[in-house]
Amino acid sequence: MVMEIVCPAGTPAALRTAVKAGAHTIYCGFADETNARNFPGLNFDRTEMREGVAFAHAQGVKVLIAINTFPRAGNEAIWHRAVSDAESCGADAVILADIGLLAYAAANHPNLRRHLSVQAAAANADMINFYAGAFGVKRVVLPRVLSVPEIAAINAETEVETEVFVFGGLCVMAEGRCSLSSYATGLSPNMNGVCSPASHVKYLEVDGVLDARLGGYTIHRVAQDDAAPYPTLCKGCFGAGDKTGHLFEDPVSLNAERLIPQLQKAGVRALKIEGRQRSRSYVAQVVRNFRAAVDALDAGKPLPEGMLTRLSEGQAVTAGAYKKTWR
Amino acid sequence: MKLTVGPNQFFWSPERWTSFHNDLANAPVDRVVLGELVCSKRLPFYQNLIPDAIATLLAAGKGVALTSLALVTLKRERKLTAELVEMGVEVEINDLTALAYLPKSSKFSVGPLVNVYNEGTIAWLASRGATRICLPPELPIAAVQTLATAAADLGVTIEVWGHGRLPLAISGRCYHARLHGRTKDNCQFACEDDPDGLDISTLDGQPFLAMNGVQTLSDSYACVVYQADALARAGVAALRLSPQSTGFDSLCQVYRQLLDGTCDAAHAADAIGRIDGAVRLSDGFLTGARGVDWSAGTTEPAQV
Repeated sequence: MVMEIVCPAGTPAALRTAVKAGAHTIYCGFADETNARNFPGLNFDRTEMREGVAFAHAQGVKVLIAINTFPRAGNEAIWHRAVSDAESCGADAVILADIGLLAYAAANHPNLRRHLSVQAAAANADMINFYAGAFGVKRVVLPRVLSVPEIAAINAETEVETEVFVFGGLCVMAEGRCSLSSYATGLSPNMNGVCSPASHVKYLEVDGVLDARLGGYTIHRVAQDDAAPYPTLCKGCFGAGDKTGHLFEDPVSLNAERLIPQLQKAGVRALKIEGRQRSRSYVAQVVRNFRAAVDALDAGKPLPEGMLTRLSEGQAVTAGAYKKTWR
Repeated sequence: MKLTVGPNQFFWSPERWTSFHNDLANAPVDRVVLGELVCSKRLPFYQNLIPDAIATLLAAGKGVALTSLALVTLKRERKLTAELVEMGVEVEINDLTALAYLPKSSKFSVGPLVNVYNEGTIAWLASRGATRICLPPELPIAAVQTLATAAADLGVTIEVWGHGRLPLAISGRCYHARLHGRTKDNCQFACEDDPDGLDISTLDGQPFLAMNGVQTLSDSYACVVYQADALARAGVAALRLSPQSTGFDSLCQVYRQLLDGTCDAAHAADAIGRIDGAVRLSDGFLTGARGVDWSAGTTEPAQV
């Protein structure tokens, strides 16, 4: 079976682009705090979602709707409505992270397929099988803390399909278990669907030096003519002891295209591309590359040579936790 | 309100670990959660001391629970989690892996590293046997109130992070090892020299975070002395104090006096400042704009 390419769509136009570029599956979210890419100008209203799903289905492409933030106390109805609307829009599955929301969806929308979001950080077979038993989860998006052999071991112990990130932004912390952003800015992935939000970013130029600040904290400093990386907290530059540097992670992004054959051998069902906030041309290029790669693999041909590096942030890429030495 | 001592988050020598838990037997706290939360590689150094510590604390009339690991990926860690539920002591789950091993009939408690953000999650956990939940530190006080009300209807006790460096993130990567140019598998226990975590500053030298192996903590010490009254009114039954290497007994005394009404919030804050004047405090997750913010009692008391 050809591995499934799961592609992001931040807008209806990006959805159509990704479908035409060869995505097997699209994931997207409603334009509110119910999804983990709650950025201004991004995501779908209900009508756009219904039309997007219809467009994708007409081309034989599936649509998954991410409702993967944690419902706010006293306001769960917003998230419940999102699940209900996902079903009525014709979504092929919803991607959920919260226990309460999973229980709600399983009880009230039993025929709507449920995937477990990476935000649930289910990092071993016991936990994945627990989610399958308790909430009927059919697929899990694995957190970016696992090596390829560990993914293979998980697949040997579960019937739940696994989906892994292969390209784009890289969480360094276990997803859904990080409140660095709300500590520094008041806004977090779990509660607000944002991380290191642009609203709290400031670039300051003093004496030929360009500082990038997040929430008032200076976490990047470059000469003023150099490109300043976006100040994402876990990829910032810090001091500890007598050292200064990228203590958590360099400003790299994930590119696991060379690991596709190993991921297939490890039993991975689907390859996920990060980036609902990315441009249409970016999405199209990434999707075409990964689609060509899995098609080549399926046909027993060598993988096409890597063409994606220049799309990555900071021009540097990593295979992340898939290589054990990353830890 | 009662006082719970959370599991030690740091890598301490067996001697420090034992004397800390022995001292807790005489401290004015009601409940102690012990065991390894952060890194399974630390456990062999003090695992054999845990049964004695449990016995000592039980004999002193303390409630006792054992924590699960916060992130379980290795086979060895799954086995540890399975063994945990067989030790005959209440388990505090800090990762849902433990639920795979807990018999359906058994009662358990839920630690602050499990994502409990809403009523539906509390209801599901209660139906599975949860009797006590320490909420994630990220929650604002209005959410705490909503959740405490929902929990009361289900017979679930609610606890809130009261004092100590905030657990902000957990990772597959060990930052202490990375700092020393090593990998996690060959860490050589780089975290053992930092009994309260290693301070991390910004490029301006501003204190910001602290590293603790695979865990990232806040630089500031959360301190809820100014919110304690409002939390009590909201139905919160206990405050959690997180172990620190110095002055912990004094800290327990201050909070006990605050909760007993023999000391007001401003005096409690002063007393805490005197325990370690170099420490920065925060209460922003409860009442501020950002987690790092410190009200110093200057904001309007939370209306709950």
